[in-house]
Amino acid sequence: MAVRCQFESSSEVGVFAKLTSGYCLVSVGSSENFYSVFEGELAEHIPVIHATVGGGCRCIGRLAVGNRRGLLLPNSTTDQELLHIRNSLPDSVVVQRCEERLNALGNCIVTNDYFALVHPDLDRETEELVADVLGVTVFRQAIAGEALVGSYCCLTNQGGLVHPLTSIEDQDELSTLIRVPLVAGTINRGSEVIGAGLVANDWSAFCGLDTTSTELSVVESIFRLRDIEPVSFMDQAKASLIENLA
Amino acid sequence: MDTDQSNSLEPVVVTHTLPTILCCTCGIPISPNPSNMCVHCIRSRVDITETIPKQITLYFCKFCSKYHIPPSSWVYCEPESKELLSLCIARIRGLNKLHLVDANFIWTEPHSKRIKVKLTVQKEVFNHTILQQSFIVEYHVDYQQCYDCRAKSAKMEPWEAVVQVRQRVDHKKTFYYLEQLILKHNAHGNALSLKTLRDGLDFYFPNKSAALQFVEFLHRVVPVRMKNSDHLVSHDPHNTTYKYKYSFSAELPPVCRDDLVCLPKKVSTSLGGLGPLVLVTKVSQNLCFIDPWTLQTGEFSGYQYWKNPFSSLLSCRRLVEFTVLDCELTGESQGKYAMGDVTVCRSSDLGWTDRQFYVRSHIAKFLKSGDIVLGYDLENANYNDSALDAYRSLQVPDVILVRKTYPAKNRAKRRRFKLKRLEKKKQQQATTTAVRDTNNDMQIDQHNEDEYDNSQDFEEFLQELEQDPEMRAQVDLYKKTNEDQVSTTQNSEEEDDDDYPQVGVEELLEDLHLSE
Repeated sequence: MAVRCQFESSSEVGVFAKLTSGYCLVSVGSSENFYSVFEGELAEHIPVIHATVGGGCRCIGRLAVGNRRGLLLPNSTTDQELLHIRNSLPDSVVVQRCEERLNALGNCIVTNDYFALVHPDLDRETEELVADVLGVTVFRQAIAGEALVGSYCCLTNQGGLVHPLTSIEDQDELSTLIRVPLVAGTINRGSEVIGAGLVANDWSAFCGLDTTSTELSVVESIFRLRDIEPVSFMDQAKASLIENLA
Repeated sequence: MDTDQSNSLEPVVVTHTLPTILCCTCGIPISPNPSNMCVHCIRSRVDITETIPKQITLYFCKFCSKYHIPPSSWVYCEPESKELLSLCIARIRGLNKLHLVDANFIWTEPHSKRIKVKLTVQKEVFNHTILQQSFIVEYHVDYQQCYDCRAKSAKMEPWEAVVQVRQRVDHKKTFYYLEQLILKHNAHGNALSLKTLRDGLDFYFPNKSAALQFVEFLHRVVPVRMKNSDHLVSHDPHNTTYKYKYSFSAELPPVCRDDLVCLPKKVSTSLGGLGPLVLVTKVSQNLCFIDPWTLQTGEFSGYQYWKNPFSSLLSCRRLVEFTVLDCELTGESQGKYAMGDVTVCRSSDLGWTDRQFYVRSHIAKFLKSGDIVLGYDLENANYNDSALDAYRSLQVPDVILVRKTYPAKNRAKRRRFKLKRLEKKKQQQATTTAVRDTNNDMQIDQHNEDEYDNSQDFEEFLQELEQDPEMRAQVDLYKKTNEDQVSTTQNSEEEDDDDYPQVGVEELLEDLHLSE
């Protein structure tokens, strides 16, 4: 199921949380509401932990990148933060700091458990580190002309949601590379910054409170979050249109 | 296979097909746009015309069929004309925040007193999404009498203030000069009408402030004495409104350029013993004098003048033509003047008597034998001046030379410049309602006006302009157009003066003509 939530009246939940199939990092807010949404959904399956990166910076979702196997943190991460995350996560997860000039790793890299798309200008060392730590095949790609692939894309092992202006040819190329279905869409009532508005793993997704039901249904079908047999998008669209007109 | 590919250098065509996404609110498949919403959803969420009033009242004067343009003007517009459309659009508030794309009238019954205008506007909504929308504004045409019609029906004169400029002399040259100054500075811009009277001009203004502005202008250009008077027209005790007519009487000193003046003793002393017989060289904000025997000059402000007013001994109408027989400079000079001894005789005496005058003059520099010069013939003059009587021991010379002149010819034909004139309204408009105006009065006024415009004085004024570059600098001269010059070409050969001053083309302005 996809859940709508809000971090201190901001709908950009992807900025304040990092969700993978193995763990979930949630930034520290003034209230625990945001955390409890994640805790309620995920706590019985994976560890949900509070974390900050880069000396108390709350935008952990944009700075860190990870999957089931590992977690890469930017070079601004303090030793204490690194230690805290390492202690809270299971031993199977490799936590590594990365000396990269483009230190908002979450914006520059998007990954599932097998493939990663990275910013075309990223260092060769970082690319190798991504391949090693996260155990993925790395492709340097841009999405809809945007180099910040992490911001304009959300990827799981089931599928991916990309920038609404990604041409069909690009979508075909990308989905051949990473071998999951992709769809162009929006989040947070028409926002194209998918990575900021949505976090997802193989069985759950969290999106901003502004997300409309249409967007939510797109998210649920592409990430296969429904128990029911997925129906085609057009059928859904028609259904919702008829619902609207009725 | 590789070689095949490299040999066939066909350009790879990269096509970009935009995907279909779902409208984020209604779920209709659309191609992506900056707001990622379908047009209907955007329309339903934002109304870019909501700040614009859809019903507006226009005021229309049914007597003269004019529409009101706030705050105070009224214009005539044909129905469904461009002018009416621009007037209608100008009345819509808040339209400046939108981009107006199109506007047109929707036909309405003329007697329905409604005007409908269909407008198409664009505005940026959300990020980079420009929405275009059409809407209709309905104008309700209400009757309101315009100011002119109200004044007419109430038998009111349209003016509220009048400035009466007067100079009690026997020629109009000062007013011609003043007229040119007014034209140059556009000081008459607010005047409703202009009336010529025997001793001056009346300027009518719609309000007091416009009149005061004009009075200020007069103070700047001439030594003027003001006298104000208010006439209470009506008074409403219920809301304590008073309606006045204001009159400003502006009197100019009866002293003009080239006049001979005998300064009163007090004035002469205050100017350092100047004169007492002096010539007036300039009348602007100040009066400037020169003593033709000593080249001593003096200046006198308008304020000082009106404290000790004096009149001229002989005015420029009394100038007599003399012929120069001999001229010798003495060496003294000041500014453009140089002292000299000049032998002259009356031009009218030539061939009759042999009377010669040996005169000391300040304009000797400009004279040579054979020249014609204007001067005052004091020997034959009959004057009566109390100021002159005060100087008992003063010896009055026989002749005072004032300025060089040229043989009388029809110079109007050769003149390359023309002056603009103030448009003097016909008498009827200003005076139809005045009780004192009988038909006889009007005829006299009409006569005066013609005289004002066409008299010999004006020709003299033009010649003075030609001969005096300093005076020319103060006024705007315009080039004569081809039509004006048609008559000039025919007999230009016969009238050739060698030394007659020419007005350079560089001093002339191109006139602007607007025609349909």
